[in-house]
Amino acid sequence: MIRERLEVLDKLEKKIASIRESKSLRKQERLMNLKTFKQDLLAECKELNPAEKVYLARHLDRPRTDDYVAALFTDFFPQRGDHLYDNDKSILGGIGRYHGQAVTIVGQRKGHTAKENVEFNFGMACPEGYRKAMRIMEQAEKFRRPIITFVDTPGAYPGKEAEEHGQGEAIARSMAFMSKLTVPVVTIVIGEGNSGGALALSVANRIIMLENSVYSVLSPEGFASILWKDASRHEEACEIMKLTAEDLKEAKVADAIVEEPLGGAQRNPKLQFEYLDKVLEKELESLKGLSPAALREDRFKKFRSIGGL
Amino acid sequence: MALADIWGRSGSPENFISCPACGRRALKQVWREHINVCPSCGKYQPLKGKARLNLVLDRGSQKELFPEMAVHDPLGFPGYREKAEAQQEKTGLNEAVLSAYGTISNFPAVVAVLDSRFFMGSMSSTVGEKITRTIEYAGKEKLPLIIFSASGGARMQEGIFSLMQMAKTSAAIQAFSEAGGLFISYLTHPTTGGVTASFATLGDITLAEPGALIGFAGPRVIEQTIHAKLPKNFQRSEYLEERGFVDMIVERKDMKSVLAQLLSLHS
Ligand SMILES: [Zn+2]
Repeated sequence: MIRERLEVLDKLEKKIASIRESKSLRKQERLMNLKTFKQDLLAECKELNPAEKVYLARHLDRPRTDDYVAALFTDFFPQRGDHLYDNDKSILGGIGRYHGQAVTIVGQRKGHTAKENVEFNFGMACPEGYRKAMRIMEQAEKFRRPIITFVDTPGAYPGKEAEEHGQGEAIARSMAFMSKLTVPVVTIVIGEGNSGGALALSVANRIIMLENSVYSVLSPEGFASILWKDASRHEEACEIMKLTAEDLKEAKVADAIVEEPLGGAQRNPKLQFEYLDKVLEKELESLKGLSPAALREDRFKKFRSIGGL
Repeated sequence: MALADIWGRSGSPENFISCPACGRRALKQVWREHINVCPSCGKYQPLKGKARLNLVLDRGSQKELFPEMAVHDPLGFPGYREKAEAQQEKTGLNEAVLSAYGTISNFPAVVAVLDSRFFMGSMSSTVGEKITRTIEYAGKEKLPLIIFSASGGARMQEGIFSLMQMAKTSAAIQAFSEAGGLFISYLTHPTTGGVTASFATLGDITLAEPGALIGFAGPRVIEQTIHAKLPKNFQRSEYLEERGFVDMIVERKDMKSVLAQLLSLHS
């Protein structure tokens, strides 16, 4: 499993760092051996199975929406709330510049600590979150700004108030709303994208997935418990759900896959930002020549034809 | 004999059917007169899709749409084909949705009905595609659209393709709506998951049958999440009507007259 390999890698790297200063030949030789071992281990991280990708997609140290916004955009101005009822902190939204151009950013948030995760409700939005996203995207339409959404959620929040406030309706409206936008929309799946909660922010012209991100109808645990009444069979579920970036590209849901550093994005976030930047710039560029009507048509066609019969 | 079968095999020797809710028995003929609403306790029992169409559409006006569309297995999911064949055998349906053109008290309309007997009325790629074609047909013919929903949510065996139907049907409703089309969403027991979070909640008018479970997440999942018991009528039609997510709860016996009234108001 990738989890064990990452733990060994961690220890190895600490050991390698502690040895470096020594001039003793014996220690130099030991260092060489450790480095070879590390290279071998990293090589083993090249081919990951779907369950390992799910593990990486959920890794606490994996870069999240806030990290990408800080790294890839300048002049970020956050916008709060749906201006109807509440400010859902599981959604980050605002205006920023991408390579100099003003864009609207909406993203699902997960944290790196337990405290952050509680604040962000573990990336699970309430209806207020989807309505906040719509409010912010509506301005993008008005001011002709491209929209970039980040998807990273175990699903919409299954809470009492969420239901009372129309969770289903909010998700449906968000998808219907995004389908009529006439500005370029690019979605980036950075971690885990599950169920309608993820799809609500994914009705885009282009969907980019990070190499180890996953996207599916439901979490593997939920899938196993519905289909086999046994959540512990989640690894088996991962194998048949076809939820990896490659699977999604084949299904024509994802348009581009962004390479990750060996062992996952959390091992070198800076490199990850660079990898994503290249692909995002290219995908946005590919939409530049399209008229407003053509942008809407392009997006409609993408979703109209997925799984076409 | 299952309750839902009463509309089909009239030659069955069994004349009494007991209510799954209260256990009291009634003559088949009485159940039929009460349109599958228990004559003793008033609990709503499911209606077959075809029976619903026959009740709503004027006799002789019905023309089925896209009848050839059947289950599709995009993932090659183990055991799915066999299970689908068994359900087709059992229900006589080839998928969980029926679509038809017809008139309702002489007002022309396009009607789709999800049948909960078939894979719990779950959203498959065929269900999503057939609903979308039905919406597009209504748009092209400039006819009002009525969809009776009943769904357990996503069709797990179709994975991501099931999920994507939510975006497809929502986008189709959006386009239909912008072109001025009237969409009446009629929610029946149960309407949950991906159907609730797509076309079913995008109606201009939202009607519901009494006592129907309507929600995005299932009550069990919610109770596990919040570690508390939910109120007894939580996510029921009456609860939603109280909060304004449903315009009106309509008794089954009034279904056709309320639809005719709404079609008349929009004609
Ligand atoms: Zn009864």
